[in-house]
Amino acid sequence: MSHAGYVIASYAVAALTVAGLILWVIADGTGRRRELKALEDLGIRRRSAGPSTGEMK
Amino acid sequence: MSEQSLAIRKFSDLANPTRFLGLAERLLPWFSGLTALLFAVGLYLCFTTEGDYQQGETVRIMYVHVPAAWLSMMCYTVMALSALGTLVWRHPLADVSARAAAPIGACFTFLALVTGSLWGKPMWGTWWVWDARLTSVFVLFLMYLGLIALNRAMDDPGKAAKVSAILILVGFVNIPIIKFSVEWWNTLHQPASVMRLDGPKIDPEFLRPLLIMAVAFSMLFFTLHIAAMRNEIWRRRVTSMRRQAARNVGAVGTGMEGPNA
Repeated sequence: MSHAGYVIASYAVAALTVAGLILWVIADGTGRRRELKALEDLGIRRRSAGPSTGEMK
Repeated sequence: MSEQSLAIRKFSDLANPTRFLGLAERLLPWFSGLTALLFAVGLYLCFTTEGDYQQGETVRIMYVHVPAAWLSMMCYTVMALSALGTLVWRHPLADVSARAAAPIGACFTFLALVTGSLWGKPMWGTWWVWDARLTSVFVLFLMYLGLIALNRAMDDPGKAAKVSAILILVGFVNIPIIKFSVEWWNTLHQPASVMRLDGPKIDPEFLRPLLIMAVAFSMLFFTLHIAAMRNEIWRRRVTSMRRQAARNVGAVGTGMEGPNA
């Protein structure tokens, strides 16, 4: 009466759920970072952000 | 300046999203490493400790199920504290925290429900019963999904923050119901065996892996929460920069650009 199948299924579901969550957070972070960089490359700055060193004269 | 106002000042300094981003960058590598280490030790113990004389090998499901269930409640408690921060102190990071925690809490609750069901079938002879504990945890799962949907459905972030903070606080009534359901009602789910006033009732052989996995899951939650908060701050910055860009284009279109505009 080992019920190994139930144990394996539990750990598999846990591994998939946690891995999915980690990958989603990483992918979301990478996407937002890329969008921020693209906007900054177009010269768009947040109003609260000070001018960059390159723009200061 | 008194020590108390210094402490308040330090705390309010963290309310600055830019400072939070700096702190997150410093903490995340350490938190990730510690989480991985704790999981390595915890999983080793999960599969090397003895099986239970009654439950057999299925006791190993508890090392995942119990921490996931604890975290499902802790995550909602963090959201409730964040909701207070939104409504009472208007803390700039409070709504960011609540919004970032919801999908993580939903995943832990899903995990608690599925692993509980996988344990229930061989031990109780059924995948599911509508007893007070299982039903209240299922309601918690639905609440997480509802809050995620609400946040995505509302266009005005300020309004969404207020509405979801109120809903989170109303829904917090479910947390003590989950915790005490096994004492208030006659449930198939067993009563608490670790968090008891008279101390844990389980053998140290099982308690050791359980506690290490609980700490590992908690560290995983903190790591993911900080990373998800950082992502949410970036998302809001992208939105505000796009709005700024649209305003600039509008100003150029109407000839209002320039220092006197």
